[in-house]
Amino acid sequence: MIKHETIEKNAGLMAVLIIIVISAGGLAEIVPLFFKDSTTQPIDGMRTYTALELEGRDIYIREGCHVCHTQQIRPFRAETERYGHFSTANEHVWEHPFLWGSKRTGPDLARVGGRYSDDWQRAHLYNPRDVVPTSIMPAYPWLFDNVLTGDLTARKMEVLRTLGVPYTDEQIANAQSDVRGRTEVDALVAYLQALGRTHTNYDVR
Amino acid sequence: MSAFWSAWVIVLTLGVIFGCLWLLLATRKGEPHKGLTEETVGHSFDGIEELDNPMPKWWLQMFIATVIFGLFYLLLYPGLGNFKGLLGWTSQGQWEEEMAYAEQHYAPVFQRFAQLSVEELKQPENAEGLRIGQRLFANNCSVCHGVGGVGAHGFPNLTNNDWLWGGSEDAIKHALHSGRMGAMPGWADVLGEDGIRDMTHYVLALSNREHDADSAERAQPQFASLCAACHMPDGTGMYALGAPNLTNDIWLYGGSFEAIAHSLRHGRFGVMPAFSGLLSDDQIHLVTAYVMSLNTN
Repeated sequence: MIKHETIEKNAGLMAVLIIIVISAGGLAEIVPLFFKDSTTQPIDGMRTYTALELEGRDIYIREGCHVCHTQQIRPFRAETERYGHFSTANEHVWEHPFLWGSKRTGPDLARVGGRYSDDWQRAHLYNPRDVVPTSIMPAYPWLFDNVLTGDLTARKMEVLRTLGVPYTDEQIANAQSDVRGRTEVDALVAYLQALGRTHTNYDVR
Repeated sequence: MSAFWSAWVIVLTLGVIFGCLWLLLATRKGEPHKGLTEETVGHSFDGIEELDNPMPKWWLQMFIATVIFGLFYLLLYPGLGNFKGLLGWTSQGQWEEEMAYAEQHYAPVFQRFAQLSVEELKQPENAEGLRIGQRLFANNCSVCHGVGGVGAHGFPNLTNNDWLWGGSEDAIKHALHSGRMGAMPGWADVLGEDGIRDMTHYVLALSNREHDADSAERAQPQFASLCAACHMPDGTGMYALGAPNLTNDIWLYGGSFEAIAHSLRHGRFGVMPAFSGLLSDDQIHLVTAYVMSLNTN
């Protein structure tokens, strides 16, 4: 018969038992998702990010946008009225890493594409207070000065291809010329305008 | 979920629950003392000793209660593989219920206001309609057009009776439905730096401001051939193309010499996104009424 005392006085045994119990949660909740079509197959007609949008996505990550903005609309009316159709897993199968975020200091951006004009996005990134006087978002003026070389863009796309993102040889071959000479703000705005617009399944309300 | 993964989830979930229950009862059974005791577990920290008592009964019962709660939860809600739960609850179903509830309660409100004209909506007895329009404007439009519609650099002021694309109900509704896309090309290559300077003076002259008359005169023929097609020969603009009136003192991108020269050099491409996917027709009607109410004579 197992004794409470035996477990309490054997840290190693206790650690093993804890690992078994906790991993059961992951095995039951996470592992089956690796084998479901609804979580592993892209939504109908989804396109990949272009080279410029991909660079914009990396700037989004570098500047920590995902720390204050989520990209995950939950299935509540309060959210779908404001942001559009709730997010589904098959929209995110090509996201490496995913940028769902976990805190909304600013609004959700999962479907921000097309919501504002390019001019607005640029003005807002240069200094948010210029267009939204009460905004607490930081300004990102350096994005307007930094120019992309595109030296690594093709490499990034190749790596993403090994992870299952279907970039074509042509896209990879043109990646550097698509990106070189553009400013970081061009890339970030291109990415923001693509959010939620890489497929059209949820366009009809 | 395939039958295999369904079984996988069920076995793991129930395995953990009953495993915990077994652990709880087995260790309980192995307790050296069944009731309160004066014996200690044998260690002492700074003179503080621990009595070798069994876990209090209420505590044990609380553990058992969580197991029972877990089992009932798994019976009622989806959790065991493909078993949907007796309540048939899904997050999407809950969302659909919320939407249906809202539709049932708010649709009649919107329908009532949809039947009223903009003029009627401006009447005090229909103030609720304008308030709804105001809230929709605050949520969707104020980000660019400012709170209360006063605009910002590059984003039109909606309160000054001056319109790029027209201020009629139809024009505003069209803008909301389909968006607007301004397209003034840049003229740096065509006019050259001198030409840009002359044309800037001409534009300043149109609104009767301080300018160099000789410069303006030199630019006159080019204004007639290049600019008048959109801005009209007298510079009063054209709603059909969203070409601004250049003869008043309202400037979307600034009216200074430098700002005008910049517009001439690089062009301007103001875009208003379409809201047809975000706002319903009835909502657009109320936003239109609110925007029109901002322009009082």
